[in-house]
Amino acid sequence: MSKFSFFEIMRKALNHNEDWQRQWADPEPKKDYDIIIIGGGGHGLGTACYLAKEHGLTNIAVLEKGWIGGGNTGRNTTIIRSNYLYDESAALYDHSVRLWEGLSQDLNYNVMFSQRGVMMLAHTDHDRHSFQRHIHANRLNGIDNEWLDAGQAQDYCPALDISPAARYPVIGAALQRRGGVARHDAVAWGYARAASECGVHIIQNCEVTNITRHANGSVSGVETSRGFIGAKKIAVVAAGNTSNVMRMAGVRMPLESYPLQALVSEPLKPVIPCVIMSNSVHAYISQSDKGELVIGAGTDQYVSYSQTGSLPVISHTLEAICELFPIFRRVRMMRSWGGIVDVTPDRSPIIGETPVPGLFVNCGWGTGGFKATPGSAHVFAHHLATGTPHPVNAPFTLKRFETGRLIDEAAAAAVAH
Amino acid sequence: MLLIHCPVCGEDRPETEFTYAGEAHIARPSNPDTLSDADWAQFLFYRTNPRGIHAERWRHTHGCGRFFNALRDSVSDKFIQTYPAGTPRPATAKPENAQ
Ligand SMILES: Cc1cc2nc3c(=O)[nH]c(=O)nc-3n(C[C@H](O)[C@H](O)[C@H](O)COP(=O)(O)OP(=O)(O)OC[C@H]3O[C@@H](n4cnc5c(N)ncnc54)[C@H](O)[C@@H]3O)c2cc1C
Ligand SMILES: [Zn+2]
Repeated sequence: MSKFSFFEIMRKALNHNEDWQRQWADPEPKKDYDIIIIGGGGHGLGTACYLAKEHGLTNIAVLEKGWIGGGNTGRNTTIIRSNYLYDESAALYDHSVRLWEGLSQDLNYNVMFSQRGVMMLAHTDHDRHSFQRHIHANRLNGIDNEWLDAGQAQDYCPALDISPAARYPVIGAALQRRGGVARHDAVAWGYARAASECGVHIIQNCEVTNITRHANGSVSGVETSRGFIGAKKIAVVAAGNTSNVMRMAGVRMPLESYPLQALVSEPLKPVIPCVIMSNSVHAYISQSDKGELVIGAGTDQYVSYSQTGSLPVISHTLEAICELFPIFRRVRMMRSWGGIVDVTPDRSPIIGETPVPGLFVNCGWGTGGFKATPGSAHVFAHHLATGTPHPVNAPFTLKRFETGRLIDEAAAAAVAH
Repeated sequence: MLLIHCPVCGEDRPETEFTYAGEAHIARPSNPDTLSDADWAQFLFYRTNPRGIHAERWRHTHGCGRFFNALRDSVSDKFIQTYPAGTPRPATAKPENAQ
């Protein structure tokens, strides 16, 4: 695999860009593997990549029912931040942000990580108290997060309406400067390329339809749309479809799947220099390098696998966006879509082992797991390779729903991304 | 936007009049003092979350205010049937966990 570099781009340009290589191989599935990863999103591909690069394990296949990155990885609004309240979450998400900071170099693939800052707006006294509590907790954990008054918030994002007569008055904001966005497809492709180069098999159009087990209960392999494939260990990284994949192994999960929607506008000149989130009115907005406004909405209230979502949810979000940014009232939306997110009762992920020997799961990222992609993949690979959790993922067990040691970010912030 | 048939009002009304209230037919354990942690976890947190027919509770918040149950296909979002709370789940052609 030739490396991407400035000289390579120049050389290829002189050759009319005709001799670019395939970025990852397209092998036929083997009869069996040491580890099978079900789900070719960022988390699954990243896990394969770290298993190969950090643990020297390469007899691995990633099985994807559609195309890689076609799930939530390619559907999300790419907000990255680590200003979570609880120590466990702060450690997990900041581990991830640190990996993001070097990811393009590590993968030799430009994931376009841009630390343009994530600003969360406070509209009520309750918001202000809760954000300041977050800010203090974050700083104790060595995570940057600072309080801005309304004027400073508008300095950071001039298009923001902070007039006291606004329907959702802005009384201040919490800003994490190290937060930002990245290019979602590039994350899937970069991990796939790096994993494939180490010998990992990435097998697309291969839907897992059953998980088979030995007489002693441990996993023996998977039945797929491309035949049976044996495995010593199986890792389920299937986001919204996790409950159904786990059911194939007879395991019930504390998860519910909901549609989550996003939209993009027609391209505009640069107007939003950062990411703006408003949890109380449920609106998220940033601007892509192409100029489109990228807007995230909330989840539907009911369990669904429709990958669409209903209209009242996006109109609610757009109403809020138009209140915060009156200049966008006449902007046209170009596309909207939905993804299916797997939500746990405490809104924290589940990373680790299951009651079935040899079966591991990484799920429950809900509405906010893109930011965690490198960190989640990194600690999950450690757990799969060594059989013991990494200190960072140790608290995120499936068992916590029995012991009661929940990591209740839901109650802490009632926030999505 | 879903159109939901409220079995109490006997009318098809838009989704925004209703509040979703989670999976149906989860009975509160009758032996709380002897229930194991694992069984509490099942009651409180574990859900069927099927890709297929889902039995669920809804409340007609901006109407009669009453709870009722529904069978809905979670892939097409089509309602198959709504029925009064407290009555057993009606038989359906497709099993709950149909893929
Ligand atoms: C609209 C929207 C906006 C979001 N915004 C943000 C955000 O701003 N910031 C943030 O941090 N997060 C956000 N998220 C959440 C984030 O996208 C996810 O948490 C994250 O991408 C999950 O990655 P993944 O690799 O686990 O899942 P996915 O990318 O969904 O990958 C799972 C893969 O498993 C495959 N699969 C499922 N079943 C099978 C099977 N039986 N056999 C084979 N393959 C199977 C699927 O096809 C899929 O490709 C958003 C999500 C959505 C939908
Ligand atoms: Zn009614």
